[in-house]
Amino acid sequence: MPDLIEKNAPAQAVASAEPKPEKPRSLGLDAWHDLRKRPVFIISAALIVLLIAFAIAPSLFTSVDPRAGDLRLHYLTKPNYLHFFQADWFGYDGQGRSIYARMIYGARASVVVGICVTAGVTVLGGLAGMIAGYYGGWVDTIISRVTDMFFGIPLLLGALVVLNAFTTRTVWSVVFALVALGWTQMTRVMRGSVITVKQADYVTAARALGAGTARIMFKHILPNAIAPVIVVATIALGGYIATEATLSFLGIGLQDPTISWGIDINSAQKVIRTAPFALFFPAGMLSVTVLAFIMLGDAVRDALDPKLR
Amino acid sequence: MTTALEKTTAAKDRLVPGTPLLEVRDLHVEFKTRDGVAKAVNGVNYSVAAGETLAVLGESGSGKSVTAQTIMGILDMPPGRVTAGEILFRGQDMLKMSNEQRRKIRGRKIAMIFQDALSSLNPVLSVGYQLGEMFRVHEGASRKEAKAKAIELMDRVRIPAAAQRVNDFPHQFSGGMRQRIMIAMALALEPDLIIADEPTTALDVTVQAQVMDLLAELQAEYHMGLILITHDLGVVADVADKIAVMYAGRIVETAPVHELYARPAHPYTKGLLRSIPRLDQKGEELYAIKGLPPNLYKVPAGCAFNPRCDVATDLCRTEIPALHQVTDRDGAELAGRKSACHLWKETLHG
Repeated sequence: MPDLIEKNAPAQAVASAEPKPEKPRSLGLDAWHDLRKRPVFIISAALIVLLIAFAIAPSLFTSVDPRAGDLRLHYLTKPNYLHFFQADWFGYDGQGRSIYARMIYGARASVVVGICVTAGVTVLGGLAGMIAGYYGGWVDTIISRVTDMFFGIPLLLGALVVLNAFTTRTVWSVVFALVALGWTQMTRVMRGSVITVKQADYVTAARALGAGTARIMFKHILPNAIAPVIVVATIALGGYIATEATLSFLGIGLQDPTISWGIDINSAQKVIRTAPFALFFPAGMLSVTVLAFIMLGDAVRDALDPKLR
Repeated sequence: MTTALEKTTAAKDRLVPGTPLLEVRDLHVEFKTRDGVAKAVNGVNYSVAAGETLAVLGESGSGKSVTAQTIMGILDMPPGRVTAGEILFRGQDMLKMSNEQRRKIRGRKIAMIFQDALSSLNPVLSVGYQLGEMFRVHEGASRKEAKAKAIELMDRVRIPAAAQRVNDFPHQFSGGMRQRIMIAMALALEPDLIIADEPTTALDVTVQAQVMDLLAELQAEYHMGLILITHDLGVVADVADKIAVMYAGRIVETAPVHELYARPAHPYTKGLLRSIPRLDQKGEELYAIKGLPPNLYKVPAGCAFNPRCDVATDLCRTEIPALHQVTDRDGAELAGRKSACHLWKETLHG
């Protein structure tokens, strides 16, 4: 009997006395531990790292100038698939420029557009969603209706109109157009998420302990509300890259001399019968990139959403 | 800790003797909803002095938590609305203060302990961060100072191995430990008054006693006022100095704790006491107050308790009873005893 009492009474003392083997983990750290073990994450992350390396230092991968056209060489000069990393590895395009070099250099525009647009919509849309969700009432009504109006504009059509206003279009004009039209998605996700988190007891508790509005919003609500936004943003990143290529293909996105896969796909489509490789490599690269980001988004969602575990 | 103690004692000395620390006067709170106006608090009066414990007792919907939230200024407005009354803290009406003034009182002068510690602690921030936040918000402490103070606080509420556990997250603690962290957070800046909203409801019985003891001990040490909101008569018996029983947004009886248990002066209190299971009533059916708690959209006319009362008369159905001063058989006033029942004499002496 004394034995029994001994076991029951200081229950919590026993529980806390034994050393914890696991280190304290935040949600982010927890997600990271989970991610590291997923093949989908490893593959997509490796692809993205490679892509970013292309974007930062393309000259590491090819010594050929992607803009130097030698008209003696063009797509009728068949590619030599055994000349690894050489100018003629994947052949030449219509103006005698190395397709391999352009494939490498084209990553920069895609990566810059993808990352900048995602960062822009997340900050802009996230902030709008946060304000709408936190304050509610007429503030929410106004932001939500504006969001609905923007949401009604098809992204591609809207971007065509906006980009038409620029005489010279650079990467930044494309980023501007896509951010201006794409932020609504993040606003909606963030707003919903904030409304849920706002009602949590710990937000009331923080208020009761004297925390100000900014502290409650950014320290208590944001970290709890951000997970779905990260997931949507990662998946959307691939979509923005595809949209940039689409716009460039249509001739309304990036312009020569900027190198973009979309431009190359456009010029290659005219010679698809004689030189399919000219289309295959930039298009393949685009598909792999978009796929890598969508796979990453899936993996991140699985890691951040406890319900899917 | 001596300096801290001196500081609090000095602060208490400034208080004019006889003035309560907190006084709620004729407070009315209502909620506007789609179904109409719910009158949650209908003229509550109570006061707490430094070092005193007031237990506010009542069933769900009696307005005890709403009163506390109004004092803290964390009531959601809208839909909530204070329609009348005053909340005097050290003689100043808090309802007339600016938001910024009230924010400075929250946490520093008046702190609150919540019912469910797991949901009241932010799951993504370490407990050390959340404890230290008090010092960073109110005293502009650096990260490092805040963390040192957090460890000190965790030691004070007797969390073992505080220095190792300061970076742990709320879900890594047991229920009792989490409630200790909530207490530590409330105590952080040595407030004058603590409002504990059912602090032990979410805990099991053995841990309940430990947490209550800790709270009572720290209260005595810092000479704080404590408002203990509960629906559990067992919890308050040992800790409270006086009890206010609430029903349908009104105080129906106030009394020093032991007198209330010994001789209730309101049929509702009597019913509550009779419905506690007792060892010497083995084999008998447990008494229960008949009927349901009142619908706050349509509080009964007269005494709100009359439909459930065994002794209700016609007067009870028409006239709202005032909070009468209770006297003994000889007509001498019983200190601190009041009852809002037309028939308090019969209830007390009969």
